[in-house]
Amino acid sequence: MRAKPILIFAYGNPSRGDDALGPAMYELLEEQQKAGLLADVELLTDFQLQIEHATDLQHRKRVIFIDASMTASPPYAFDPVLPEQDISYTTHAMSPAAVLAVYKQIHQRPPPSSYIISIRGYSFGLGEPLSERARSHLRTAFQFLMGDRVLNPE
Amino acid sequence: MTDQLETAQHPEKLQRVVIEPLTRVEGHGKVTLLLDDDNYIKQARLHIVEFRGFEKFIQGRPYWELPVLVQRLCGICPVSHHLVAAKATDMLIGATQLTPAAEKIRRLMHFGQTLQSHALHFFHLCSPDLLFGFDDAVRHRNIVGVIEDHPEIAKQGVMLRKYGQEVIRVTAGKRVHGTGAIPGGVNKSISQDEREYLRKDIDQIIAWSQGSVDLIKRIFSEQFDYHMAFATIDSNMMSMIRGDGAFDIYHGGLRARDPNGQTLFDHVDYNAYEQYLREGVKSWSYMKFPFIHSLGSENGWYRVGPLARVNNCDFFTTPLAEQERKAFRDVGQGRPVQASLAYHWARLIELLHCAEAIKDLLFDDDLLSDDLLVKGDLQARGIGVLEAPRGTLFHHYEIDADGLVEKANLIVSTTNNNQAMNESIRQVANHYLDGKQLTEPLLNQIEVAIRAYDPCLSCATHALGKMPLEVNLLDSEGVLVDRLQKRADGAIGTPQTL
Repeated sequence: MRAKPILIFAYGNPSRGDDALGPAMYELLEEQQKAGLLADVELLTDFQLQIEHATDLQHRKRVIFIDASMTASPPYAFDPVLPEQDISYTTHAMSPAAVLAVYKQIHQRPPPSSYIISIRGYSFGLGEPLSERARSHLRTAFQFLMGDRVLNPE
Repeated sequence: MTDQLETAQHPEKLQRVVIEPLTRVEGHGKVTLLLDDDNYIKQARLHIVEFRGFEKFIQGRPYWELPVLVQRLCGICPVSHHLVAAKATDMLIGATQLTPAAEKIRRLMHFGQTLQSHALHFFHLCSPDLLFGFDDAVRHRNIVGVIEDHPEIAKQGVMLRKYGQEVIRVTAGKRVHGTGAIPGGVNKSISQDEREYLRKDIDQIIAWSQGSVDLIKRIFSEQFDYHMAFATIDSNMMSMIRGDGAFDIYHGGLRARDPNGQTLFDHVDYNAYEQYLREGVKSWSYMKFPFIHSLGSENGWYRVGPLARVNNCDFFTTPLAEQERKAFRDVGQGRPVQASLAYHWARLIELLHCAEAIKDLLFDDDLLSDDLLVKGDLQARGIGVLEAPRGTLFHHYEIDADGLVEKANLIVSTTNNNQAMNESIRQVANHYLDGKQLTEPLLNQIEVAIRAYDPCLSCATHALGKMPLEVNLLDSEGVLVDRLQKRADGAIGTPQTL
């Protein structure tokens, strides 16, 4: 099966308070696909990024990572991601830049054009629901993502 | 003796060094070293700074939700929690014997999970230490360094990990948050196409796994005495064991042996775990300290995980792993191998076994059967135990008449190793840091000792923006004297210089 040109990888733990921002965005986008939209988009989710996710980037034109952030300016930040060897290589969870670096190293070619939407979160306790502020930021980020600028930049 | 370093005689007179958080270790751990004026270690402790609240998270939930819900306890080993919860809920519904198809599909999922977890740990987390040495520049001592210097090894690590994830996807139905195991069995069999898909790469996976064992043996032999001595402690060891003594990570009784290999208990029904194990608490750590009840807290602490399992089992059921087990045990010269760095070696023998066992299962037609579920009478108490990648994992639930969880007790793998990790860092502190100026490579040796256990200190919150490493130096009054930080790009310095 041919890979869809756009990959949206929304990650986080659904039961860790605002860490659920990524999976919550995944669910919103899944509803759009069920309604017949986002035909060129493949949606993936996981608890966190890992080395094998480099293999999910193959044959993509564009990759959008979506994660909760403790430091992004509210409501969200939208930034390009370049391959970078960073210290996240040394933990069980990796940064998007580190995943791109693994892609580049194992495939010996540049990774696809990649961006991250970092949605500001505030509380990450086990069993906590999304905070009200995070929920509001999620809606704003969703509207931004569905706009032409992100998914259809050309 | 290192236990004298657990609590210093006069801590108020000592300086404090904090290594926080640990890198290449999941979660939020912190090591504090209390030094005297001459930089001699007077106290060393591994702290767990996050309170997890697992039991509270589970209480009040209906039992049938648990195999899915508990995956969210840990982003590192969700499948282990999924399967052990399924085992406990089997008991709750009175399902004492699963169908052959259900048990084999669960075992296949568990082998896939263990394979991918061990592959990640060796190829990604610890191989930089082992291949480059502990004093290598920090920017090189990571997976990019491995890829640059050993491109095939690093690629194999990624592909082994990917294969394990595919086994999980096929057996659980989804890449994450799968619902494969349910109380009384599983909810899907394996199709012919899925089996063929996994079969086509398994010989390559076995070959790469064998290659990883060959590599770790080479690494060990090149500095044999050092690897055998680093962070080495004499400990009891506990693991699950099959009825005939075979290595088994899915089901069996509990076996514990003392540092000389003498049996402490054997083939213990894990439903009676509370008679054999106790969980101690210490005021300075959120994580409990389990111990073997009959030996008491002072002498009854033990190690779990690959080192304990490979030492404790009588044999592997697969030929390549069994051959490697014999070579491993020869190193112990009649005693269990106690070297902490031998965790890496044992872990890769298990990796090889998982690959072989996956192949065996992929040629077992029971996987294709639709006979997937059994039922029984509802029980008030359910206990599930299995060997997760990091060690023995206990889930104990008690439910009310409505099927809601009234009580839950979890002993996760890393908790079992809590005292052992503390003992290992004390050994390292005693032998490698005492009286020396603290530097990043020296501090890394403590992290290397902890990483050998592959601990999962908290479970899976990972939001961006955390400082990867911070070292605080405090005087005897607790006042901050100096601070060293490691930035996300690996640069090290003070807040002023970064």
